Amino acid sequence: MAATLGLDWALDWLHRAGAVLAEQRMALIELDRVIGDADHGENMERGFTAALAKLEAAPPATPGAALKSVAMTLMSTVGGAAGPLYGTAFLRAATALGDAEELDDAALLAMLTAARDGIVARGKADPGDKTMIDAWTPAVDAAGAAVGQGPAAVLRAAADAAALGAEATEPLVARKGRASYLGERSAGHRDPGAQSTSFILRAAADAAGNA
Amino acid sequence: MTVGILVVSHSAKIAEGACELGAQMAPDVRLEAAGGTDDGRIGTSLEKVMAGVDAANTGDGAVILCDLGSAVMVAESALEFLGDPSDVALADAPLIEGLVAAAVAAQGGAGVAAVKAAAESALALQVQARIDGTVLLNGAGVRSASGPEPSRSVGGVIVEDFEVLNQLGLHARPAAVLAGYLGGLDVAVDINGADGQSVMMLMTLAAAQGSVLHVKASGPDARRAMDFIAEQCRSGFGEL
Repeated sequence: MAATLGLDWALDWLHRAGAVLAEQRMALIELDRVIGDADHGENMERGFTAALAKLEAAPPATPGAALKSVAMTLMSTVGGAAGPLYGTAFLRAATALGDAEELDDAALLAMLTAARDGIVARGKADPGDKTMIDAWTPAVDAAGAAVGQGPAAVLRAAADAAALGAEATEPLVARKGRASYLGERSAGHRDPGAQSTSFILRAAADAAGNA
Repeated sequence: MTVGILVVSHSAKIAEGACELGAQMAPDVRLEAAGGTDDGRIGTSLEKVMAGVDAANTGDGAVILCDLGSAVMVAESALEFLGDPSDVALADAPLIEGLVAAAVAAQGGAGVAAVKAAAESALALQVQARIDGTVLLNGAGVRSASGPEPSRSVGGVIVEDFEVLNQLGLHARPAAVLAGYLGGLDVAVDINGADGQSVMMLMTLAAAQGSVLHVKASGPDARRAMDFIAEQCRSGFGEL
């Protein structure tokens, strides 16, 4: 296992994220159809397809530059609330990384923390509101506990916690976003944003496992 | 130049229509529309918003008005990308009411903070006006039986009455003309209990044809203000 992760990992992560979002497009649409407006899967796939094309057209020099490029594209192509939320997450993550070329455990934790804090600041949701925060927050906590075990372990801990966090949104009543219009009827369904967060963080861990 | 205004909406048509409405009341204000996604769908686009901020800010700053939730998030994100410029502000206001109030304030020469405040007070003023409706509408919105009284000066305050002559009354455009001009003067103007420098307050008067505007003006520019109101009323706000 590599002691640090670099640009190759970041690009592999983003490509894997794009692939899983394309593959899970219908699953996300179905989750969003029940408690939202059924556009999350389509929006995320379109956003990542555009983001990957942009990375091809203008290759970034550092992991931070790659994340910033993705941030910009997501905010202009996704359309729904997920655009500015994921866009802000990637932008703040990029800012946290600066122009570092190699990322150690602490850098990855800083990246995940900045991403989560960006989503909180932009979306003004709290844990338990049945949003993507419910996947991000346990992911950041688990990553923090795994610091010192190597980058792959940090990202794996984050991905595992995000998956559990997404699952744990099922019984919650939504208090933010479109699903909150449904009130009690939103309970019993998984939040699509928490699920896409879980996919994206799993892609980061899978890329690190291969680095 | 004046403070510019950017309208961010999920719909290109709403953004453009809002600008069209604002332009009628504030012909000298740079109004920019950022509606819809880059490929013309319903949604908001960071690139459109960033380009809109650039276009709206011609050197004197800009104020952004948004429609729904994610439009606000995109506007906030755009400002973050632009390094949070100090001369651009995001107004927390209802889109149309806020835009009209902001455009008129900008037309009158107000700075970024004042234009933002005008937008944000639009809804509160309307609500307050409805609560105070019995006071405000007393003598306005209804035909006056007594008709206008001659000019008089009471303790440095010029007091004059004018009849609304045009068919449509003191509707949005004339209200914007009055508030826009008066807003640039050093004067306090009270028209039937409403602030003459606030387009929203003037509109809440619902002063119809034949109603009387009871105007009290004080301050260094009181005479200029009164002359302007007199001329506007005489010409039926240019609609006779």
